[in-house]
Amino acid sequence: MAKNNKTKLNSKTVKKLNKSSSRLRAGILVKATQKSATTPTKLPVVRVAGVSALAKSYEKSTRNLAGKSTPKLKFSTTWQYAPSLEATDQVKLEKKYDLFINGKFQEPNSGKYFATLNPATENKIADVAEANEQDVTLAVSAARNAYDNVWSRMAGKERAKYIFRIARLIQERAKELSIIETMDGGKPVRESRTVDIPLAAAHFFYYAGWADKMEFAFPGRQPQALGVAGQIIPWNFPLLMAAWKIAPALAAGNTVVLKPAETTPLTALKLAEIIQQAELPPGVVNIITGAGPTGAALVNHPDLNKIAFTGSTEIGKIIQRAAAGTGKKLTLELGGKSANIIFEDAAIDQAVEGVVNAIFFNQGHVCCAGSRLFVQESVAAMVIRKLQDRLESLSVGDPLDKNTDIGAINSKMQLDKINAYLDVGVKEGALMYQNSCPLPKKGYWCRPTIFTEVAQSHKIVQEEIFGPVLTVQTFRTPEEAIEKANNTPYGLAGGIWTEKGSKIFKLTSQIRAGVLWANTYNKFDPTSPFGGYKESGMGREGGVHGLLPYVKF
Amino acid sequence: MENRISVQKTYKIYVDGKFPRTESGRFFEFKSPKGNMTANVSLCSRKDFRDAVVAARAAQPKWASASAYNRGQILYRIAEMLEGRRSQFVEELIWEGSSEVQAQAEVSASIDRLVYYAGWSDKYQQIFSAVNPVASSHFNFSVLEPTGVVGIICPESTALLGLVSLMAPIIVGGNSCVILSSSSKPLSSITFAEVLETSDVPAGVVNILTGMRAELVKQFAQHMDVNALAICGDENEKSLCEVEAVENLKRVRAYDIQDWALSLAQGPYFISDFQEIKTTWHPIGI
Repeated sequence: MAKNNKTKLNSKTVKKLNKSSSRLRAGILVKATQKSATTPTKLPVVRVAGVSALAKSYEKSTRNLAGKSTPKLKFSTTWQYAPSLEATDQVKLEKKYDLFINGKFQEPNSGKYFATLNPATENKIADVAEANEQDVTLAVSAARNAYDNVWSRMAGKERAKYIFRIARLIQERAKELSIIETMDGGKPVRESRTVDIPLAAAHFFYYAGWADKMEFAFPGRQPQALGVAGQIIPWNFPLLMAAWKIAPALAAGNTVVLKPAETTPLTALKLAEIIQQAELPPGVVNIITGAGPTGAALVNHPDLNKIAFTGSTEIGKIIQRAAAGTGKKLTLELGGKSANIIFEDAAIDQAVEGVVNAIFFNQGHVCCAGSRLFVQESVAAMVIRKLQDRLESLSVGDPLDKNTDIGAINSKMQLDKINAYLDVGVKEGALMYQNSCPLPKKGYWCRPTIFTEVAQSHKIVQEEIFGPVLTVQTFRTPEEAIEKANNTPYGLAGGIWTEKGSKIFKLTSQIRAGVLWANTYNKFDPTSPFGGYKESGMGREGGVHGLLPYVKF
Repeated sequence: MENRISVQKTYKIYVDGKFPRTESGRFFEFKSPKGNMTANVSLCSRKDFRDAVVAARAAQPKWASASAYNRGQILYRIAEMLEGRRSQFVEELIWEGSSEVQAQAEVSASIDRLVYYAGWSDKYQQIFSAVNPVASSHFNFSVLEPTGVVGIICPESTALLGLVSLMAPIIVGGNSCVILSSSSKPLSSITFAEVLETSDVPAGVVNILTGMRAELVKQFAQHMDVNALAICGDENEKSLCEVEAVENLKRVRAYDIQDWALSLAQGPYFISDFQEIKTTWHPIGI
């Protein structure tokens, strides 16, 4: 268990620090010794625990700009929090999980199982069945049978009651689910118990109520269910994504085969238990586990009427290609590189908190993460200083500790990917700043990271990193901010920070993205449609608009 | 007057508010079924298509920011201009193979469809947008925004009504478009461009090309700066479009409508097919 160094402010030391020429930025600055993006050899990085000339100039200008309103924080003294671990004794986990098909847990035809690890400890939690093509066919047949014989014939108000039951059972078992979510995925338990699990329950509760009101959803049209939906969900919000997929599908009268991600299958399998407990008719929801090949077998199954996928744009395109010409209706919720824009007239401290939430929530494993920060030039130095200070106060460590801000990276694979981007960022000449808190010895960890001195052309600005990595750019005019924000093939989300209402509406109407947060970020609600423009996807999830992908007229 | 030699029209294409011939210099021959009319129609190249997309992209933001009232009036103006020139369209539709009765009906239906969508301009938003009762202390609303630049592959039959029925909901929603007219019945489409040009439709909002489907449909589907595609075609063309559209996640809407005169061939869902939902959050507090 890592001890988390928290900041403690001391006015004397602040003064001293301000005067001292050798004042330390507590974080770690990394800059390439030579700006070569093509150097094939190992990265020639210099890790400097101190200040670069640039950071010094930031501090100088910060003093001028912000004066006493931005006191220096001293990080060398420690404020230690006692660990506050969430107890795991009430969590019931099997050693081995089978496939949930037709209302029962069944051994896979493949005969194979794979381990799901706790990314914070690298210990195996359980073995999980790997579904092959035969298993996929079994699951789809079960869903088809349930659709033809039970679910499509059931009155909407009865379907509703089953979905309400699921919502209630999730609420009842919320603590167990949030702990498992954190163990399996690495996210801080503070987030899983306040965001993931309550929102998952809320989603079922919201869509349950639609089941007997579908004729009011689409004026002038009579919506009908599609049939069997194949749904593939990612590892960043495992149970919540399952809820986003299953709830509207069932409400609209479809049956489901769901495949959770291979690194985070456990809460979906717990959901299968809940579905049994709710006595949902067998086959209405089937949950099969496996990796890419299982997903491919599901997508390519000819008896699906609908495919819903949340994940990377790369895989999304493969799925769109596979679905082309088959008549399967498609919803894609894909990647993003969302802009977060701070104007000089923003409430700066609030904006800095918002930026931290936008990029470091769930280790940055968020498709709509505010990964590109744009700061108006006049306040850039101050904002960067404040961000660096705030960064230093974030604790990285045991996700089960209620004090933890940033948990474990979901998998070794993802950590390698993030680290590769960090290397590229430094190689391309950007200035990397990371916090300096101690990291646990085992597990997959990434310090929260800020890159400054980046350009639009940099890979770390263009590509989705899906980790706690923020790039910072500046702008002068609103038009420049809009142009830079839109300069990406993605269009999932965006954030605007200003106290001026008319500026909010100018920006929110001109940024080409599906969700815009003004003076807030990363808020979600079952009544609120979510989804992307451009290459961030097609279709919406949430709200009345989230029913459309699951009906035909 | 009987000995007078009539002046024949050169059928051009319509790009960025201008009437050029194809950059390729190529043409294909149109012959009316009765043989009483021939024309050398532009055989557009993919370069023509790319030029048209550039024009459509440039025109789109300003068109989208025009008021709904303004867009509605412009749609209505197109109807006025078409009504005024109906005899010319009836003549051309007959050249394209319609009977007099069919031609009259098709022109009437086209005019009525424009009026229908003119009326939707300031109403579809209220039908499809929402204020969402989120559980946290935020004001949250979802509105429709145009998808952007839309490619339109027209049906081969009822060339005029098909074009109008696809174009009107797409532009009334603030999109711009590049249209590939019916290959077999291209005349009325180009004459319709003349109607657009005199109806205050800003240059580039609608661009109309003539040419061969086999050559151009794939280009429409592949272009990285086209956001969506409306296609009326056979299963092969539909599949081709869906496959080729993947690279920029183009939204493909395929319409299997045989009779565009039916009332089911119109409605606000033809508008919302080319709209994106944008959701905006703001905290409530002091």
